[in-house]
Amino acid sequence: FTRGKSPLLERPLCRPRGEVSLSAFALLFCELVQYCQRRVYSVAELQAKLAQLGHQREPLVNTFISVPRENSTLNCAAFSAGLVEAVLGASGFPAKVTAHWHKGTTLMIKFEEGVIAREKSLEGR
Amino acid sequence: MSRTPGRKQDSHKISRELFVLTYGALVAQLCKDYEKDEDVNSCLDKMGYGIGIRLIDDFLAHSDVKRCRSYSETADMIAQVAFKMYLGVTPTVSCSSAAGNEFSLILDKNPLVDFVEELPAERASLCYCNLLCGVIRGALEMVHLAAEVTFLQDRLKGDAVTEIGITFLRKAEDKKAKKK
Repeated sequence: FTRGKSPLLERPLCRPRGEVSLSAFALLFCELVQYCQRRVYSVAELQAKLAQLGHQREPLVNTFISVPRENSTLNCAAFSAGLVEAVLGASGFPAKVTAHWHKGTTLMIKFEEGVIAREKSLEGR
Repeated sequence: MSRTPGRKQDSHKISRELFVLTYGALVAQLCKDYEKDEDVNSCLDKMGYGIGIRLIDDFLAHSDVKRCRSYSETADMIAQVAFKMYLGVTPTVSCSSAAGNEFSLILDKNPLVDFVEELPAERASLCYCNLLCGVIRGALEMVHLAAEVTFLQDRLKGDAVTEIGITFLRKAEDKKAKKK
């Protein structure tokens, strides 16, 4: 069957952005992490799962998570890493983004070969 | 020690989009993990409950509200103060029973569905915002008010409005007294 244009796509791009309370997000994110934690068997898996979810933001997310010693390698900014990776990929800068414990939380962005090559060729002009 | 009148300012806000998209990611993940809509709905409700029992502390800490003396005041508080504080919207409240213990909150605007146009055909029974029901139920339980909270109508399912129904149940203390 055929459908008319999606009304969602017809919405103007620059509509006013709203805000919600930080605690609402923090509590939601905590629940999300706990949900993922129940379904994985390692810290690496948990981080990967969070990155996946983000693929759909920042040490903001880490402020409300207290990581027990046995999980000390877990960095919930993996969620932000996934988010950044998705945004970069969608805007034409494919990269691999990972979260690390370095000077607090560091997001490492490794652009794909093609992006670097493109930059170089643009610089040449 | 004097208190400044009025609600304390909670200046900590974040982008609504981040919140809404995070919620969407959560629902999407649950849909991957569970085949049946009922299971996703139930999971959302449980997670909401987990949030609600902690949210109430944050709510009481950041709002200068007095103790509610009736179910009606409580429903108003949820709609006009809590929803406003956390989601930036104010549903309209109406009492839907003569006994005065059933209320409905009509959400004209629902930020959680900002990017959701309609439910996919295979997810026709999904209560996308079911987390909200759990949140309300959990928060109320922490102030010793047992309630059933469900979605009575849902725009995503084709209804005219989105309506949350809150039914306050008799307090546990009353039940115990009756048994004796």
